[in-house]
Amino acid sequence: MKRINLPLSKHDISTLKAGDCVLLNGKMFTARDAGHKRLVDLIKQNKPLPIDLENASVYYAGPCPNKPGQTIGSCGPTTSGRCDSYTPALLQCGLTAMTGKGWRNDKVKQEIKKQGAVYFAAIGGAGALYADCVKKADLIAFEDLGAEALYMLTVADFPAIVAIDSHGNDIYENR
Amino acid sequence: MRKIDTQVIYEQIRQMALFCNCNVNEDVIKALKKAEQTETSAPAKFALQTIIKNDGIAKQKDMPACQDTGMAVVFCEIGQEVCLQGEFLDDAINRGIKDAYEQGYFRKSVLDPISRINTKDNLPAVIHTQIVKGDKIKLSFLAKGFGSENMSKVFMLTPSQGVDGIANAVVETIKQADSNPCPPVIVGVGIGGTFEKASLLAKKCLLREVGSTNNDDTLAQFEKDLCDKINALGIGAQGFGGNNTCLAVFADKYPTHIAGLPVAINVQCHCARHMTVEI
Repeated sequence: MKRINLPLSKHDISTLKAGDCVLLNGKMFTARDAGHKRLVDLIKQNKPLPIDLENASVYYAGPCPNKPGQTIGSCGPTTSGRCDSYTPALLQCGLTAMTGKGWRNDKVKQEIKKQGAVYFAAIGGAGALYADCVKKADLIAFEDLGAEALYMLTVADFPAIVAIDSHGNDIYENR
Repeated sequence: MRKIDTQVIYEQIRQMALFCNCNVNEDVIKALKKAEQTETSAPAKFALQTIIKNDGIAKQKDMPACQDTGMAVVFCEIGQEVCLQGEFLDDAINRGIKDAYEQGYFRKSVLDPISRINTKDNLPAVIHTQIVKGDKIKLSFLAKGFGSENMSKVFMLTPSQGVDGIANAVVETIKQADSNPCPPVIVGVGIGGTFEKASLLAKKCLLREVGSTNNDDTLAQFEKDLCDKINALGIGAQGFGGNNTCLAVFADKYPTHIAGLPVAINVQCHCARHMTVEI
């Protein structure tokens, strides 16, 4: 398995191929539908964002609360498709990597190719295993959204598969 | 008359919710292991191995197998000879859910559908109460995740569409859902009755044990054929291809109207968490 460091450079991204099994290391922020809606509203209004999207990686996840002494509760991926309507705007602001589960729509796929980004699929339902990969979790914004708030995660050896690569190959289409 | 204090129901619900969310059903883990051994697609094999490893970690560390600890669905079959005492039944069930989700550090995923404001205690549960013969209570708890619930459908078929129409509806539903409901899935199929009866049958099918056979020979064959058809779709574990899209199809039927053929398909992800107790 390939070990990947986040944030990814455009060159690194171009070497990834759909179907590659990888271990993600570094930083990615969590956001689900509600968080995305707020980010896109801010972008539309030309207001400052609570996070720098340049070269950023997003993880579609809404974790369980952490027990005392735990870094984070169970935190597997959620269905990425629910963020599809917001994703092109984020990619245009510099987002380079996304991790979630399930297929993406054509608009997202086209924008991934255009911007030279990458979409990783994590394994849905593996929340306990992924919690073990999270070494740090810091609240960044939208605390009122509860499980849907934005957290910056520092992950180590987080298993995933390249689902849509920067050349437009899609694991969900070519299987 | 057998007197049962609803405090007993509260405690059973609390314990089932705490246990289920951290312990994926053993029959499901057994089926996942069998699928992993036969899987030929490398990414799907990787997905199945990760899932099996995860379910072991969850059990060992007593933490939720999936962060979507679901909306709580409770089936409560009460014998007619039972006399309930104490707190109102629904309040006792809801209190059991609330305490379990708090004590287990589970995610509170329930909110008002219009304002989208979270109720913050995962309440209310969806409670289905039925009066049955006897002097016992049968309580079932199901933690229903919404990645799979969102892919569920109801069809009001015409009688002429028949058994083939039912099979097509099921296969099409799973085909369209593709990778979204976290395959390998378990599929509950409710046939007949009315619009809501079919849905309820489909939901209740999800309480069955993977590997169990339907008592009705026709439905047993129907389940087997459908399972094969779904696995031939090639969606595979997590949508990564291969032949393990579905672990089981469970069907149930109820008489329906001469003019109709309702079919409900309730999809359950591989993280199946449910339990039944008798009081």
